[in-house]
Amino acid sequence: MNAIKKLALLLALMALPVTAIASAEIHLDSAPVSLQKDKASLQRGAKLFTSRCLACHAATHMRYSRLRDIGMNEEQIKKDIELPEDVQIGSKMQSGMDANSAKLAYGVAPPDLSVIARSRGADWLYTYMRTFYVDTSRPNGWNNTTFPNVGMPFVLSDLQGDQILEVEKTGGHEVKKLVLKTPGSMTPVEYERAIVDLTNYLVFMGDPGEINRHQMGWIVLGFLFILLALVYGLKKEIWKDIH
Amino acid sequence: MMKLLTQLIGWIDARFPLIATWKAHLSEYYAPKNFNFWYFFGGLALLVLVIQLLSGIFLTMNYKPDAQQAFASVEYIMRDVQGGWILRYIHSTGASMFFVVVYLHMFRGLMYGSYRNPRELLWIIGMILYLALMAEAFMGYLLPWGQMSFWGAQVIVNLFSSVPFIGHDLAILIRGDFVISDATLNRFFALHVIAVPLLLVGIVFVHIVALHAVGSNNPDGIEIKKHKDENGIPLDGIPFFPYMVAKDAVAAVIFLIVFCAIIFFAPEIGGYFLEDNNFVPGNPMKTPEHIAPVWYFTPYYAILRAVPPLFGSQFPGVVAMGAATLIFFFLPWLDRGKVKSIRYRGPIYKTFLAAFVLSFIGLGWLGMLPSTPTYTVLARMLAAVYFAFFLLMPWYTRIDKCKPEPERVTCK
Repeated sequence: MNAIKKLALLLALMALPVTAIASAEIHLDSAPVSLQKDKASLQRGAKLFTSRCLACHAATHMRYSRLRDIGMNEEQIKKDIELPEDVQIGSKMQSGMDANSAKLAYGVAPPDLSVIARSRGADWLYTYMRTFYVDTSRPNGWNNTTFPNVGMPFVLSDLQGDQILEVEKTGGHEVKKLVLKTPGSMTPVEYERAIVDLTNYLVFMGDPGEINRHQMGWIVLGFLFILLALVYGLKKEIWKDIH
Repeated sequence: MMKLLTQLIGWIDARFPLIATWKAHLSEYYAPKNFNFWYFFGGLALLVLVIQLLSGIFLTMNYKPDAQQAFASVEYIMRDVQGGWILRYIHSTGASMFFVVVYLHMFRGLMYGSYRNPRELLWIIGMILYLALMAEAFMGYLLPWGQMSFWGAQVIVNLFSSVPFIGHDLAILIRGDFVISDATLNRFFALHVIAVPLLLVGIVFVHIVALHAVGSNNPDGIEIKKHKDENGIPLDGIPFFPYMVAKDAVAAVIFLIVFCAIIFFAPEIGGYFLEDNNFVPGNPMKTPEHIAPVWYFTPYYAILRAVPPLFGSQFPGVVAMGAATLIFFFLPWLDRGKVKSIRYRGPIYKTFLAAFVLSFIGLGWLGMLPSTPTYTVLARMLAAVYFAFFLLMPWYTRIDKCKPEPERVTCK
């Protein structure tokens, strides 16, 4: 019995926070992702992504034509997304900058963003795009509390404005806060909305099939439950004389 | 129509033992009538094997086993191949579900003494299947060529290099190169798609033949062949077809409900079935902060890390990890109990079995976490409990106070 008590204690100890793995210091805001209900948000995010991010990043597994899944027809894709002349509707999203130049400019090649939402997660991306601040000690002039010493410059500073990092020392404890120093063309609420749209889009781009997958899932499960009732009835009938 | 069918069957039966096989292994093969929930998992394992084979075949039609193209080809399957995303999720979910089903199948064996005489060989064949399954899963995991694929393979193959004398050359033989590379991917692909599946199918066939030779065990652990009627049919036996086929069909549908719920609604299961870091293309230049195997290998990984190095070599950990798997082979001879089934065992065995289960789950949990001094101490204690279950078994099963076994099976 003592062995069991010891084991129970061990298990209780192991229930201690598992956040030791990832950088537990960094708090991530919860991203209000909604794929199913908000096609408009996804379209806004697509426009933001293709006009701002594809300058340096690529999304080589994503085709422009897949934007049809979020309610854009071919005309809208060509017009709103501003496809370059030589790019077909079925082409993959290439970056405007070649990888070598980017690596020279920023120290590291900008990663492909096709499945970034699946590796980093929506919360991380949503937080990351809102936590850049001016840091003159960095080569590109920017730093980020979610990704310290990131090589990426803040390309949306015209929208959000410039944030700075304020460090307050209260009773031996350091409290870091991001404060908007120079406003951008969007209010904080508008910018936050834009980043929700962008995050939504990145989640969609990570797994475009997810939108349909849920609908299909309900139909499949419905079929299986009906099948279960039938198969169970059959089993009962076959087994009625046993015991 | 029926006459045509009967004639066709007759034509085949004159040239192939169709009816005789049907009778011997289905309609006149007798299984214990007191099978419970724990007896579904063998049939489900066969179902998952078929699911993996079929989904794997179609994945192979579009997958490119080349280090430069593998990751992109998986995304191509996910996005551009019609129904490709279903195939991918079926295969990744199926891999994890295979281990869920197999671990429960093995646990049934532990609980009811299914490894005991006359089923020792059946158990050994099953353990060989388990080893083959682990190899298959390990090699399959390299194929998407994500960060976890690459680095997980790097860590595990490096373990082989710790084997004294032959280690260095052994690791090169496995990798086909000095590091995990395109050569490794190609040979793992060949083994994963052809060699090991052929082995699995063949050994599953042998497993079922061995089972049918002695008949199934049952939750009471008594031999139903001891009491037969005047026709030689076990009194507590019922024909596999249609009874067990009908019952297994219900289990299969319930399994498919769980399976499809995962595939359609949560294929990653929070990163346990499809790991987040594996959506980053494998990069030899960038070591991930945290390398851990998929959940089904984590108990053994925890044991590996718990053992301290000896003379600068990690080989003792490798030996302990291997021993943790191989020790299962010896169960039929470690168990000296008078009864087979946990239903009639005494309190000592039940305590040890419960402790074993908790240690397995605990080690699995620790194997997912990074190694810290506290966790290492915990892992050592749990590893000790794990091995104690087996090594002390000859002693505690002999002194345990068992209850008398019934003569006939008990139902409900």
